[in-house]
Amino acid sequence: MRNPLSEKIVQIQPSGIRKFFDIVSEMKDAISLGVGEPDFDTPWHIREEGIYSLEKGRTFYTSNAGLKELKEEIARYMKRRFELLYNPNGEIYVTVGGSEAIDGALRAMLDSGDEVIIPQPCYVSYEPCVILADGVPVIVELKEENEFKLKREQLESVVTDKTKILVMPFPNNPTGAIMTKEDLTEIAEFVLEHDLFVISDEIYSELTYGTNHVSIASFPNMRERTIVINGFSKSYAMTGWRLGYACGPKLIIDQMLKIHQFAIMCAPTTSQYAAVDALRNGDEDVKNMRNAYDRRRKFLIKALRDMGFKCFEPFGAFYVFPSIKEFGMSSEDFAQTLLNEEKLAVVPGTAFGNCGEGFLRISYAYSIEDLKNALERMKHFIERHRK
Amino acid sequence: MNKEVIDKGILDVIGKNSRFSSEDLAAMLGTDEKTIENEIKSMEDNKIICGYPALINWDNTDNEMVTALIEVNVTPQRDMGFNKVAERIYKFEEVESVYLMSGDFDLTVIIQGRSMKEVAMFVSEKLSTLEYVNSTATYFVMKKYKEHGIIMEKEHDDKERMLVTP
Repeated sequence: MRNPLSEKIVQIQPSGIRKFFDIVSEMKDAISLGVGEPDFDTPWHIREEGIYSLEKGRTFYTSNAGLKELKEEIARYMKRRFELLYNPNGEIYVTVGGSEAIDGALRAMLDSGDEVIIPQPCYVSYEPCVILADGVPVIVELKEENEFKLKREQLESVVTDKTKILVMPFPNNPTGAIMTKEDLTEIAEFVLEHDLFVISDEIYSELTYGTNHVSIASFPNMRERTIVINGFSKSYAMTGWRLGYACGPKLIIDQMLKIHQFAIMCAPTTSQYAAVDALRNGDEDVKNMRNAYDRRRKFLIKALRDMGFKCFEPFGAFYVFPSIKEFGMSSEDFAQTLLNEEKLAVVPGTAFGNCGEGFLRISYAYSIEDLKNALERMKHFIERHRK
Repeated sequence: MNKEVIDKGILDVIGKNSRFSSEDLAAMLGTDEKTIENEIKSMEDNKIICGYPALINWDNTDNEMVTALIEVNVTPQRDMGFNKVAERIYKFEEVESVYLMSGDFDLTVIIQGRSMKEVAMFVSEKLSTLEYVNSTATYFVMKKYKEHGIIMEKEHDDKERMLVTP
């Protein structure tokens, strides 16, 4: 038999952390601070709208780009939240989660050998998606001393003639870092000077604390060279509905839509109807969830610092990223030993890139009661292992 | 951080669960215990926080307890409106809640008693005989589904969030 496999796919390494995830998922009595999704249920009025759409028999395909009313609501939302103007007819399309849009944007923009700058630690899919699109990932390592923000100098040191795209993963999973308007200014300048494009993954844009999210697309001349990716998973606690969207200049969106049309057809219809209600009537829910996350964030940071962890204060997403360097264990060893000894699961920083070594991602998408319980175990653990 | 934000934060948290310690509240709201204690005290004094009762579903105990909702029509009194009659009603220990209503009747009175008979006796002997009370209509509660934002029944929960996800 001939080799049935594509060499390109085989070359992509399965996430090194897969093994650890598998062990955790089989340990039924373990508790976890390891998830990357909200603990809240989708607000009932949104679920109810989904149920109603099913009762009405709205079970057909929608147009490729998505329901007209959903695209219009997205356009209104982008305007009211981020002062970004997109034409719902041609500059917005609805995807199967933000993930599909990441893949679509890269495939629509990359030719073989084009380089894509990816700041790490970051979400796991950018690097493999670049490879799938025949691009070359170029990693920039975000530094703890910069609060894991991206700095212009870091870009200077990796940019080449082949660099085409900069991925902007902020607010950041796993570090919780955000980029303020001031932080973004020098990045936008750099992008313009080097004639780059930006894929800005803003899936956590509703989860910033004490300051509003700013999109790099809102800077002068950036709109036509930025694809903004957002979705409903984190802001409305709708991960399982699989619904995201991309906004950008028609030139690029047209091509992304072509990939979507042939690979996906359209995003799930039920989810789209529910999402219309989320955007029309969900602002209060988002605010309440944000407030709850903020309380947990403060609680968790204080508890970790009281235990002696070195932990920078993150202002976005729902993660903290404490350093464990003092324990002389690798992130993966620490996580594995913590799981074995205390049955507490956290995610080693290395799951999000090599430069995550020496850190853990701890999620606060948990109730205060759950956090307390888990922190108790963490405390026992570090008391035993502290040198 | 300003007082309004802290007060609202305290109310949001203890409105759902009043068992958190001042230490926990201070950590959650990014302030110190002393501030939390002062703010709670001041909100108690101002009757913003009126008490800390636990929400009990007596149906799940061996103690019999019945709840009735009573619509009451009253004649308002000069200078005092409905307040004086309401006061004479809410001072009874059996009375859980009293609300002044818009619409066809004036007061909603919620009563808890050990039996339907006990509640009926209270209505006929105490409530309807009060001066200025013109009429009452009593409705017994058959089942409580939700109270104070809390679902009273055990929900069948087979949600399974994975333990770790990227």
